[in-house]
Amino acid sequence: MSWLKTIIAEVWGLFVDDGHFAIAILLWLALVGGLLPHLGIGPVWLGIILFVGLAAILIESTVRRSRS
Amino acid sequence: MDWHHVWPVVAAAFLASLVEFVEALTVVLAVGTVRGWRGALAGTGIALATLCLIVLALGPALTQIPLTYVQLVVGALLLLFGMRWLRKAVLRAAGVIALHDEAATFAKETENLRGLALAGPGWDKVAVTAAFKITMLEGLEVIFIVIAVGAGPGLLLPACVGALAALLLVVALGLALHRPIAMLPENTLKFAVGVLLSGFGTFWVGEGVGVDWPGEDWSILGLIVGFLLAALAAVQLCKHQAARPLHPTGQDAS
Repeated sequence: MSWLKTIIAEVWGLFVDDGHFAIAILLWLALVGGLLPHLGIGPVWLGIILFVGLAAILIESTVRRSRS
Repeated sequence: MDWHHVWPVVAAAFLASLVEFVEALTVVLAVGTVRGWRGALAGTGIALATLCLIVLALGPALTQIPLTYVQLVVGALLLLFGMRWLRKAVLRAAGVIALHDEAATFAKETENLRGLALAGPGWDKVAVTAAFKITMLEGLEVIFIVIAVGAGPGLLLPACVGALAALLLVVALGLALHRPIAMLPENTLKFAVGVLLSGFGTFWVGEGVGVDWPGEDWSILGLIVGFLLAALAAVQLCKHQAARPLHPTGQDAS
């Protein structure tokens, strides 16, 4: 069943390459979906904040990787 | 069907599936060339049949789950998947990591397969297993992509059409060329697919958490443009960072 383990590992690898990057995305989604609506932020602004945060995570992660 | 509404879905499914099918073709070609076509095609066929069973089993189950939950979970997975691709494509475009080379992958696979003992009479287990594994893996990715980009009402069929068109194109090119499809600008494709999937993922997650998108579905195009600009900016910033001189201590000069 080593082929099954390999496939499971490969499928995991589809979603998670850099752990910090994946965790940052999930935390941001949790924050935007779970916390911000309770702070009275409107549903239109929620979308803009969601996108800006994800774009910032992408830029920060790639720049950090290029420094290392 | 409104073409303006579905073309981003067809394009995303087509381009993403194209990349996956090209990667599968490279390994199946290597298996067929070194170990023989009987085992390579058998492994591919078994994997395709298994994938069909998975689709038949999971497809009806997915329709039972409320759309909001599907969009939230699929959107989050699509973001992890798409932004991972985009991150890697940005780093490759900036020269931080090496480009993927299908010809090199083919050469490595053929060398590995030649190193294994040849089969006697009967089925070549190495060939069947190798072809099965790669077809299953890339096929699962395609299924995920199709389900993910087609997570909106009436969008699954256009996503399937995009993936099927990619499959037919790769099979036709494989039959015509009999060698890996190395002429495709793979990183540019992955960059574009990463941008598209990130846009879709953000839209679905937003739908799931109650975002009121301006222009509704048209916001997907805005998100795609936004991710494209962010990724292009990231490439420039990475190039700038990579070109920075280091102090002898290993710290940045600035």
